[in-house]
Amino acid sequence: MTAPALSLAHVRRVFGGVVALADLSLDIAAGEIVALVGDNGAGKSTLVKIIAGVLPPSGGRILLDGTEATMTSPADAQARGIQVVHQDLALADSQPVYMNLFLGRELTKGPLRRLDRRRMIAETERLVQALDVRIPSARAAIRDLSGGQRQGVAIARATHWASRVVLMDEPTAALGVAERERVERIIAGLRARSLAVLLISHSLDQVFRLADRICVLRRGVQIGVRRAAETTPNEIVGMITGAA
Amino acid sequence: MLRAPASLRGVDPARYVVYLGFLLVLGGFAVALRNDGFLSAANLLNIVQGATPVTVMSVGTVFVLTAGEIDLSIGSVVAVAALVGAIVLRGAPWWAAAAAALLAGGGIGLVNGALVAYLRLPSFLVTLATMGLLAGVARWLTDLRSVPITDDIFNGLFGSGALFGVPSLVLWTIATVVAGHFALRETKFGAHVLALGDSAAAARAAGIRVRRLRMQVLALSGATAALAGVLYAGRLNGARYSLGETDLLTVIAAVIVGGTRLSGGTGSVPGALVGALLMEMLNNGLILMGLAVSEQMMVRGVIILVAVALTLRERRV
Ligand SMILES: Nc1ncnc2c1ncn2[C@@H]1O[C@H](COP(=O)(O)OP(=O)(O)OP(=O)(O)O)[C@@H](O)[C@H]1O
Ligand SMILES: [Mg+2]
Repeated sequence: MTAPALSLAHVRRVFGGVVALADLSLDIAAGEIVALVGDNGAGKSTLVKIIAGVLPPSGGRILLDGTEATMTSPADAQARGIQVVHQDLALADSQPVYMNLFLGRELTKGPLRRLDRRRMIAETERLVQALDVRIPSARAAIRDLSGGQRQGVAIARATHWASRVVLMDEPTAALGVAERERVERIIAGLRARSLAVLLISHSLDQVFRLADRICVLRRGVQIGVRRAAETTPNEIVGMITGAA
Repeated sequence: MLRAPASLRGVDPARYVVYLGFLLVLGGFAVALRNDGFLSAANLLNIVQGATPVTVMSVGTVFVLTAGEIDLSIGSVVAVAALVGAIVLRGAPWWAAAAAALLAGGGIGLVNGALVAYLRLPSFLVTLATMGLLAGVARWLTDLRSVPITDDIFNGLFGSGALFGVPSLVLWTIATVVAGHFALRETKFGAHVLALGDSAAAARAAGIRVRRLRMQVLALSGATAALAGVLYAGRLNGARYSLGETDLLTVIAAVIVGGTRLSGGTGSVPGALVGALLMEMLNNGLILMGLAVSEQMMVRGVIILVAVALTLRERRV
């Protein structure tokens, strides 16, 4: 058996006295989509930030393809093939779409290593076209885009650079119906690229449409993990609220 | 799918205000001072050379402000670097003196940067403190005495010399502006500085080493301030603790009027050059008009206020 692409073992995070994440263990295989659900403040974004190298864990271990990984910065996580769509998107608003897509990995040309804007713009246009993200232009500033278009840019960036794990923190929160369906097609398409996907969503419909397994968090505590095919929305709601 | 055409909202009218203001002031003085030789080649060259130290400092300041930081210590760095250069020059060749001055300025900037990046102190407070501290150092270094410079190469290269008929100060202006513009617009470093000032969280999430970048930017600002100090020393054939004392506000005004945003994320080196020339032109023109120093200060204050208001008004959302 091959080791899971991403393996979390007893991950824990404390903010001062607040236990945001108590003891979470979860494996995600390559080509698998796992949904993480829970009410506001359950600790979902905290887990994403830990895997993304934004926050250090207070305890526990993270393994990538079976090898322990200590990530002290987002650059570390990216170098290991992890990409994130953050809940707040993390885009540079005054910069154009193509600079955001290539931020930190800009293409250069010539001995002076000048920015190769033409190539970055061309690649951006190709990419947004392939993902069917509808933006006015690759040169448009992020602040001139709609909320849904911004989300499209963030998703295009993450899926373009990921080689191992994609973390999506409410990627369709601001989207209309048609845009949401497009993003869901993109997410489903990540299976074929053998990426491990952790999807955070407040929409159980979406979770059941996309996920292979569902992990439930309640106030930082891992309540359980279910196969999507073997559970019902009612059971998941009960686990989220603690009513069952 | 891409929808054409690109919106015109990306064009920021505030960016061009400085060029318009520059032409207006130039035209105004040209008419008002037509009999005083304002438009003579010699006087225009004087303006460019007079603006050189402020221009050089402005280039570093464009990077600092674009990155969302501020460096208030540049005026004091000018004096310290000039004095260090002049003192080293007593027993060493010109290049060693210039290198020592630049290292001193860059080193001070590095310390500012380390305090900001690693102790997470606001650059406003750190550089406010080092501004005062370095003003003290500048006075203490030579006990308030000025240090004359008699090295002809130093004075020529950094002051009154010329190459193929082009004054060396003009060459220094061109060199720093071209290098600064290239670095901001054409390199990864510039792209990262722009992103950092736009959203530090986004820059960090994209894997940019944010702390190192903050340090580099403040080190650059220290280095350009030191170069300005060397250029003052070369032009005046000596160094003194009071060099650069009043430049901080001129530099910030020039950079802001030139279209760099005080809150970061947008910057323009050519704009800063025109802003610096505008400031020096005001000095020059108001003197030629025969205004008393007190009147010059007031008129300049009002004009800067108008220019900054015009520049910033457009950007409020
Ligand atoms: N930087 C921080 N400092 C202190 N407490 C924090 C910090 N970040 C998160 N928390 C706390 O940790 C808990 C979990 O927050 P988190 O953002 O992970 O929730 P979430 O599940 O993503 O919620 P939502 O669905 O609203 O996005 C909350 O109680 C929150 O207040
Ligand atoms: Mg969240």
